[in-house]
Amino acid sequence: MAEVLVYVDHVDGAVRKPTLELLTLARRIGEPVALALGNGAADTAAALAEHGAVKVLTADAPEFADYLVVPKVDALQAAYDAVSPAAVLLPSSAEAKEIAARLALRIGSGIITDAVDLEAGDSGPVATQSAFAASYTTKSRVSKGTPVITVKPNSVAVEAAPAAGAVEALTVSFSATATGTKVLSRTPRESTGRPELTEAAIVVSGGRGVNGAENFGIIEALADSLGAAVGASRAAVDAGWYPHTNQVGQTGKSVSPQLYIASGISGAIQHRAGMQTSKTIVAVNKDAEAPIFDLVDYGVVGDLFDVVPQLTDEVKTRKG
Amino acid sequence: MSLRIVVCVKYVPDATGDRHFADDLTLDRDDVDGLLSELDEYAVEQALQIAGEADDAEITVLTVGPEDAKDALRKALSMGADKAVHVEDDDLHGTDVIGTSLVLAKAIEKTGYDLVIAGMASTDGTMGVLPALLAERLGVPQVTLLSEVSVDGGTVKGRRDGDSASEQLEASLPAVVSVTDQSGEARYPSFKGIMAAKKKPVESLDLEDLEIEADEVGLGGSWTAVDSAAERPARTAGTIVKDEGEGGKQLAEFLAGQKFI
Repeated sequence: MAEVLVYVDHVDGAVRKPTLELLTLARRIGEPVALALGNGAADTAAALAEHGAVKVLTADAPEFADYLVVPKVDALQAAYDAVSPAAVLLPSSAEAKEIAARLALRIGSGIITDAVDLEAGDSGPVATQSAFAASYTTKSRVSKGTPVITVKPNSVAVEAAPAAGAVEALTVSFSATATGTKVLSRTPRESTGRPELTEAAIVVSGGRGVNGAENFGIIEALADSLGAAVGASRAAVDAGWYPHTNQVGQTGKSVSPQLYIASGISGAIQHRAGMQTSKTIVAVNKDAEAPIFDLVDYGVVGDLFDVVPQLTDEVKTRKG
Repeated sequence: MSLRIVVCVKYVPDATGDRHFADDLTLDRDDVDGLLSELDEYAVEQALQIAGEADDAEITVLTVGPEDAKDALRKALSMGADKAVHVEDDDLHGTDVIGTSLVLAKAIEKTGYDLVIAGMASTDGTMGVLPALLAERLGVPQVTLLSEVSVDGGTVKGRRDGDSASEQLEASLPAVVSVTDQSGEARYPSFKGIMAAKKKPVESLDLEDLEIEADEVGLGGSWTAVDSAAERPARTAGTIVKDEGEGGKQLAEFLAGQKFI
């Protein structure tokens, strides 16, 4: 059976959920071989094996942390040369997309980004994507070379499928351009204890209607009752009420959770572009004419300052 | 010594318009107005600021696209860029990102550059991979997704805010930079800027000028194939209730029914 190379996103050995989703999708088109780089790479093996990796290639070197992107491209190319896979899959994070693109160019292959589903096809994997603010669904494939495909988080339910997951050290020789961009310092983002916005199964977002940074507490309280991430519309971010890293929309982050709760968000096209592929959409807004209500599975026309705290209390009660 | 800045911009369909696919599964440009991609305005802005700090700098704004794409160039020129290069060729229709990166890289090399600046992604394709592809093709450092950027002598520095960390980056010129919408608000063109833009030179290049064969680009030369595009069925109308004191509880009931609670 053909091997499929899966690029592992992990933090000091803890594998992030989108990578487990990739392994689930990879098994539809072949046998997953995982590549984990950097500090803790070998510690990823157990989780990867549990989700179907037949082999785990690992490499660690100071270059991965000290220079931007290119050392990881060099490593992925070394893995590609060693495995000769039928496809290469990466998560759709900003960095992984850049790695994917550079690899595709080097190996003479086409690239598809932000797939939301993946199936085996007669002439290679077929990727589903959504286009034009999710008003279209397209099916695409890579027509030249080995398909390089990045997949958005929450595209598939993770399935366990134990496999050997034999760890093998990969030898990487770095290219001349590997040390071109120095990372002078790295400040880890302070953890809020909430799930990462782009990966969360539930996202609770606030917009203009939240009317002040001090009021975002009620959005956060609802998010915490549901174990959700917090998002914000551009209006709320531009007003300085919530950090830009939480912005959902065309110029912010694109999210595709199981449940999206929009509070005080009218639903301008720029916002819709970033959340329209959410599976279930719920909105609370005072304005019955707000365009967001065209998208919802369930909407409440009302004051979010009444509805959201009541919902939070009810969730807490029901969860006991 | 003059600092040569090339800003790559894209002419994109207006997202507030009704965007469709044409029969060949490329964008139907007849149905919707185009404009300079909002995310590229930030790139033009940073180019202007960097040029303002330099002793002597020249900003060339570059695009690949149909005749109408000149509108995007004019907008950038009216913001303050010095000159423009427009790559236009019938054979470019349907070119994918790998092909586009080839055309841009050849045009950048022909123009001459110390610094290439692009937006973080286009607002239509939203792939966000073009700056990395340009760096790979040009063989120069990529300093991408910056929310803060500065150039001092032969060095570019910037801050990259990722999901898990914020990084301070540094590279020697020449380099490829991309900037986010957090890099600084883009200026509006002044009346004077708009008038001045009409007199600024726009150079037109075609594939022959760039020594690119027709089969390397276009739909035929594309590295990916779109097999189908289906308009998403309109969502079935959801349930909408008016809050009369129990709105939060009703919503909780719905969420429980969907097994979210």
